[in-house]
Amino acid sequence: MLTFLLLSLVKVIVVTVVLLLAVAYTVLLERKLVARIQNRWGPSRVGPFGLLQPLVDGAKSFLKEDIIPAGVYKPLYILSPIIALSCALLSIAVVPFGPERQFRGVDLFQITDLNVGLLVILGVTSVGIYGIALSGWSSNDKYSLLGSLRASAQIVSYELALGLSLVGVVLRAGSLSLRDIVNSQSAHGLFSWNVFGGFQFFAFFIYLMAAFAETNRSPFDLPEAESELVGGYHTEYSSMKFAMFFMSEYANMITVSCVATLLFLGGWTSPFGNLLPSLGGSILASFVPFCWFVLKVLFFLCLYVWVRGTLPRFRYDQLMAFGWKFLVPLAIANIIGTSLWLALRTS
Amino acid sequence: MSIVRNIAGIAKGMSITLGEMFKPTTVENYPDGPGPMRGAQIEERFRGRHELQRDENGLEKCVACFLCAAACPSNCIYIEAAENTAEIRISSAERYAKVYNIDYNRCIFCGYCVEACPTDAITHGRNFELASLNATSLVMRKEDMLVQIGGVSAPIPELSGKANSHSTGLPEY
Repeated sequence: MLTFLLLSLVKVIVVTVVLLLAVAYTVLLERKLVARIQNRWGPSRVGPFGLLQPLVDGAKSFLKEDIIPAGVYKPLYILSPIIALSCALLSIAVVPFGPERQFRGVDLFQITDLNVGLLVILGVTSVGIYGIALSGWSSNDKYSLLGSLRASAQIVSYELALGLSLVGVVLRAGSLSLRDIVNSQSAHGLFSWNVFGGFQFFAFFIYLMAAFAETNRSPFDLPEAESELVGGYHTEYSSMKFAMFFMSEYANMITVSCVATLLFLGGWTSPFGNLLPSLGGSILASFVPFCWFVLKVLFFLCLYVWVRGTLPRFRYDQLMAFGWKFLVPLAIANIIGTSLWLALRTS
Repeated sequence: MSIVRNIAGIAKGMSITLGEMFKPTTVENYPDGPGPMRGAQIEERFRGRHELQRDENGLEKCVACFLCAAACPSNCIYIEAAENTAEIRISSAERYAKVYNIDYNRCIFCGYCVEACPTDAITHGRNFELASLNATSLVMRKEDMLVQIGGVSAPIPELSGKANSHSTGLPEY
């Protein structure tokens, strides 16, 4: 019992630290890639290739003066970045990073395997909106309020399309457990992934769009449209409180990429199926699926940055029209199509 | 059909940014570059810190006519004139500038002084590293700006070697 607790604790700490480091280096990745798109270098002064930049940035935000404006409602003002960050970090707990592998009764590649893992992720990310909504309200500032209103409306609208786009995948797998969903795609490598073999291409497209909107990323970054709203909902935040909002955005990006990988790109399964020779060493062989998983998540993160470097921001009515009039009907059509196909195949 | 057109438009934009990602960067490697300019690349007509020129005999070109000070929109040029004598001959004309200060706290690098100068005595140099923690050190005296005999300016050597390269296009006197 004690070893179980201890090992679980170590696992949680390792995952949290790795996630926080990944958040920091996603920021660097974004700055570097966007710079390349604009034929610049990006950060290059701190360490080789600017690799120490995220650590220095972190240290800077700890050392900055923490200003709390006079008119804010303090309890919510302090609570909301905590809600945003903790919800963003929480959902990684149910994400499996590799196939099931027990070590003294502890699953090595997942913090906890819930049989409704997908629902937990959806629920936790929805609760994360409270952080944004309350921050805008408690700041007592019109820009923050407008930003948080926009963010809440946008996230609530796109949550619907996001949830509906996942139904097709869940129908195919017949389970809400993320492990089962990945295992249902592991038969023939690339061709049994839900994007290609599962005919969930439209669902994948809807999920991508909705995920971009969920995480307030360009081209759906209206809540923090700096040209009209200063900084959006985090205008009045400084120092570590601002950094927490910042980190929560990038942690959400990573979570959303993980979910996209698990649901549509076959999670940790190799794209070549069983064609590649398996490595003999058992410890090394167990890390190969993990590497595939990381590669696919990295692909999604690069896609995020690539899109951000390309597309201009939506207008607000276009955003709402796109969500409600295009994505939601398409998602419902996808559900009907998938369930018809499944019913005809089994009968 | 508009959906297809929109998707095609987005795909085109994405392909352009992807292509740019693999093109070489166009950033100057300024503080870490090779050579005396440390990687900075300066255009032909760049307006840097001023330089006071000498003529072919090594005498100062400035004749203390005060036209640059009059042309200066920010009033940053201060001149005290003195007469040349047979013993002390500084410039080739009647008078020379005994004191010639430019206050770089106020200079806006508009180039009007260079345009106004009838003898092409004041020119813009290449030096742009003027940042200082001490405002008083930004008031430059004649000794700081005067080119040495032989036409070599002190802190940063000229890129083209030609001290007066930007005077093309200015009216002839």
